[in-house]
Amino acid sequence: MKNTLTLDGQRVDFEEGESLYQVARRHTQAIPTLCYDDRLEAFGACRLCVVELEGSRNPVASCTTLAQTDMVVKTKTEAIERHRKTLMELVVSENPKGVAIDPLRGKASQELAHLAVRYQADGSRFAGKQSGHSRPDDPNPMIVRDYDHCISCYRCVRVCAEQEGDYAISIANRGFHTQITTEFDGLLENSACTFCGQCVQTCPTGALADGRALRHVDTPGEIERTRSVCPYCGVGCSVEILSKNETIVGVQPAMDGPANEGALCVKGQFGWDWVQHPDRLKNPLVRKDGVLVDASWDEALERAAEGFRKVRDTHGRHAIYGVASGRAPHESAYSMQKFIRVGFGTNNIDNCSRA
Amino acid sequence: MSNPLADMEKPDVIFCIGTNMTEAHPVAATRLKKAMRHGAKLIVADPRHIPLAEIADVVLPLRVGSDVALLGAMAHVIVREGLVDESFVAERTEGFEALRAHVAEFTPTWAEGITGVPAADIERAAILFGQAERGAIYYTLGITEHICGVDNVQSLCNLALMTGNIGREGTGINPMRGQNNIQGAGDCGALPNNYPGFQPVTDPANQKKFREAWGVEVDLEKGITKVRALDECGSSIHAMLICGENTVVSDPDRAHCEHALKSLEHLVVIDVFLTDTAALADVVFPAAAWGEVDGVFTNTERRPQRVRAAVEPQGQAQPDWWILTQLARRLDFPSFEYESAKDVFNELCALSPTYNGLDWDLVAEGRHHWPVPEKGHPGTPILHMGTFLRGKGLFKTPSYRDPAEVIDDEYPVWLTTGRRLAHYHTRTMTGRAVGTQYLVPEELVEIHPHDVTKLGLEDGGLAVMSSRRGEVVVKVQATTKSPRGTVFCSFSFSDVPINALTGSGYDPETDTAELKVCAVRIEPARATLV
Ligand code: SF4
Ligand code: SF4
Repeated sequence: MKNTLTLDGQRVDFEEGESLYQVARRHTQAIPTLCYDDRLEAFGACRLCVVELEGSRNPVASCTTLAQTDMVVKTKTEAIERHRKTLMELVVSENPKGVAIDPLRGKASQELAHLAVRYQADGSRFAGKQSGHSRPDDPNPMIVRDYDHCISCYRCVRVCAEQEGDYAISIANRGFHTQITTEFDGLLENSACTFCGQCVQTCPTGALADGRALRHVDTPGEIERTRSVCPYCGVGCSVEILSKNETIVGVQPAMDGPANEGALCVKGQFGWDWVQHPDRLKNPLVRKDGVLVDASWDEALERAAEGFRKVRDTHGRHAIYGVASGRAPHESAYSMQKFIRVGFGTNNIDNCSRA
Repeated sequence: MSNPLADMEKPDVIFCIGTNMTEAHPVAATRLKKAMRHGAKLIVADPRHIPLAEIADVVLPLRVGSDVALLGAMAHVIVREGLVDESFVAERTEGFEALRAHVAEFTPTWAEGITGVPAADIERAAILFGQAERGAIYYTLGITEHICGVDNVQSLCNLALMTGNIGREGTGINPMRGQNNIQGAGDCGALPNNYPGFQPVTDPANQKKFREAWGVEVDLEKGITKVRALDECGSSIHAMLICGENTVVSDPDRAHCEHALKSLEHLVVIDVFLTDTAALADVVFPAAAWGEVDGVFTNTERRPQRVRAAVEPQGQAQPDWWILTQLARRLDFPSFEYESAKDVFNELCALSPTYNGLDWDLVAEGRHHWPVPEKGHPGTPILHMGTFLRGKGLFKTPSYRDPAEVIDDEYPVWLTTGRRLAHYHTRTMTGRAVGTQYLVPEELVEIHPHDVTKLGLEDGGLAVMSSRRGEVVVKVQATTKSPRGTVFCSFSFSDVPINALTGSGYDPETDTAELKVCAVRIEPARATLV
């Protein structure tokens, strides 16, 4: 039958243009990868995703091999799994031992750790080799550059180029000397970097980490994820708000967000600390003898109501004006216009779009 | 936007005018860059050398406020070159002959005199756009915040209509909304002329509908705009309820705003911080913030999406709808029985033709673009397919007018305003976020290096910038992003209140302020009293 192939002994269908990796992910469990990100061109560099293909002498990378009718594919033979374990040991050897990779580092930060457990790879066979050196000298408070953990999957470089179109970072040297770097090997803030954080969120080892979220490693509690939408511009990027108990500890992009498809900018990614800033208004205020002082809800509501009543009674219904917010949700704007229209019988309501 | 954000990856010619998209709508810009990787061509019209201009195929650095002349000349070239989509014009539009006659004298050479853009570049841009299979137009406040904002938009509509670039995938007239829910505030009827769902308040059928729904007599006349209301404070307006807006810093002519709010008998502000505006109030209510409330935002592509509470509100803060419900009950207003955000949203859906087919549960995943006229309707990603709201698309014939204020010997420099990537509006949020504040800790006036020297200024030094309305002291940044003779500031820093300078005029139809143009004088700070 057209557009079907044999995957681990099962006949499965595929869509035109799908890679073997994608077909397998849809039908069985995911093949392990480290350099793969759905939004990027398949790269075929980490070699973890290799599979046996009947008629092919060597195993092929499943992420870069397009599915074809009647292929016979085996995704986890003993030889393949042994190959993956060796690769994993090599990769793990590049990483400093005993450094916990907190999930707050980034969305994909647990990928390497999970695979290391799955393949029981400890890296001692190849110990002593390491590519990349960290940049603790970069003072920006958003992106931590722990390149000691870098495994040269180039996901950061690719996301910056392919997804962002920023081309802020690139690869210097090769092999164990590989180093992710900016132009002139400088600080991110002196490069074309826009601090969108996409490189952080795609890094599978936590080598690039969210410096804002990392402050909360020791905040007690499990990380909870709440799906929401960025509070800034009109693009409406979907995000996950990360919280521990009642503390917001980070924001990560929602990969299936319809407006952003996993992208964010610096504001949505790193601009959330204001929510629990000490400057927040925590209780109502009323003006007494010329100054604003703390008040109870009851007192403040009464003062507000009384003031509107008085103005309506002395100056008439059109003497009152409402300005709704373009940032608060619908329920705010709808209640505002209804409050003014129903309450005073006037259409004196506007929002902040004219300025 | 007439078309969805996903369509930004599909045009073959992109025309961005008055939008610094990589800074104001960064993620949307990433989608345009993808279109360009697939071979799309980019035309950028902006007075400043913005990042988009770096990657554009044709750059049109027009003088601030001269958009109508530029766009009229592009229409002229499209007619002259025979690039008009005659069948689209015949089937779907009216008034084209009037436009054809109108633009006959708008030659590129004439436009060069007004805009400063070489005639040859105007020709190139017009021909590129005119030949597009799928041409899409994107704009923001650089088009609307002018005394001729309506004329600017109509000029863009003319271009889209005459080339048939509307009502199809990858085309359209696409204004990008600046704030997360500014689209939603309009959808909800927070407008002096419309009920929710853009139903005019002066239409008797709508009056009946809302009289019955809310059980009260409704006002039969339009209200006044906020701009007029600020003018009327102390005369006919005596009380204001302001929700989540820092009017004093964001609106033009700060002195006038402050004076207006101070002349009220009663000012109530609902906000998350004690903003400069809240500080003037008689009563301030603490609002629950993003991350603390459930609700709906509608983005620039008309897509309602749910926001959700992740944590409890700070202190005693409460959601806006709750505060207004409590206040309404104190005042014995009928029809405020809400127990949740869901109740409020579902009432909106029931009363709005654009949201009729939606409810709280249906917007959970944000799959629809409004209008969604009835349940089961898939939504409307692309507007104006097959027909326009009014039937036929109407060509209008705007003519170029000077800005409200033009440079002269006393105020010889153009000032234009806008956003920077790291900050948002008056910085009540981004100024309290370590990362964004780190990137841009202070206001800078961006001046061309040549002008820095000419004006006797120093890069990094302080300057006094004054207009007919006020003056500010601001640090100088020499940059070729600004063209000679024009400088740029954001309006984000209340310690450098650029709105003390702006406010020279308003669009007569929409009352939108001309924030993009004002005439200023710039001198080294040491020469005056600082
Ligand atoms: S933060 Fe964004 S722009 Fe900066 S290096 Fe990472 S991906 Fe590139
Ligand atoms: S993440 Fe950036 S582009 Fe996306 S909605 Fe927020 S501010 Fe806009």
